[in-house]
Amino acid sequence: MGTAAVIESPLAAKTLFAVGPISVTEPVVVTWGLMLALTAAGWFATRSLALRPSRCQTVLELIAGAVEDQIQSTMHVAPKPYVPLIGTLFLFILTANWSSLVPGIEPPTAHIETDAALGLIVFLAIIYFGIQARGMRGYLKTFAEPSIVMIPLNVVETFTRTFSLIVRLFGNVMSGVFIIGIILSLAGLLVPIPLMALELLVGAIQAYIFTVLAMVFIGSAVNEDRSESSKERKGS
Amino acid sequence: MNWTEIVSIFAAAMAVSFGAIGPALGEGRAVAAAMDAIARQPEAAGTIARTLFVGLAMIETMAIYCLVIALLVLFANPFIR
Repeated sequence: MGTAAVIESPLAAKTLFAVGPISVTEPVVVTWGLMLALTAAGWFATRSLALRPSRCQTVLELIAGAVEDQIQSTMHVAPKPYVPLIGTLFLFILTANWSSLVPGIEPPTAHIETDAALGLIVFLAIIYFGIQARGMRGYLKTFAEPSIVMIPLNVVETFTRTFSLIVRLFGNVMSGVFIIGIILSLAGLLVPIPLMALELLVGAIQAYIFTVLAMVFIGSAVNEDRSESSKERKGS
Repeated sequence: MNWTEIVSIFAAAMAVSFGAIGPALGEGRAVAAAMDAIARQPEAAGTIARTLFVGLAMIETMAIYCLVIALLVLFANPFIR
């Protein structure tokens, strides 16, 4: 019981203040701060776009180009409609995972509520893009894809893959925070630093995996048959 | 300390210990295969290492699931209190 009593539960969020009956927890405040920071950075960086790019604009174009290339190679469709969602997901999760670099801030993705919200966005995006690409009937027909017997399995899979997406991001980030907390309570000042460096790597990889899986799910809802349609698109 | 708590702690330890076996074996195989590939084709080391990292993170997720279950059992057990 010793260590467990010292370390607070990693599943509970700290309440900072209350607005009326709603208590505002720490991840909510950090999330809003990140959203403000990202929006402000995006706004200021795109004020003076020019045909001859400045240094800052070159970096931005590099990021946007990399996102487009990834979508193109993963989903085999024209990347335009998906860039805002996928790019924002990646940038937000990356900054959220790396926000632990600022002392005193816990990454909001270490709490399952933030990840559940992100997963819900992906879940709704799959349905939205699926219906947009095939129409209501066409999208519902994909559930009976190999044969009609598969309907229950396909319906269950729609939920479980989103759930595993949520738990994957939550578990990885939360376990990092938790383990650093344990090490910090056992050993001294400089010992957790290599682990924190590892945690930065894990944060970047998990942000990448989350977005790639979101792309794969949306791509499978949009494409008729992935191998066939990619051949067709390359041919046409 | 009643029986539910004792069993919960035991279950958490079992979940992590047995849940770590499968991913450990899988990661070992993945790293061995990557080493083999790099030894055969050193010029592709960059691509292989990048793919390896993503793959390892995917495999490690299985162990992380077990950790989440263990922490749920320890900190958010619905049968205690």
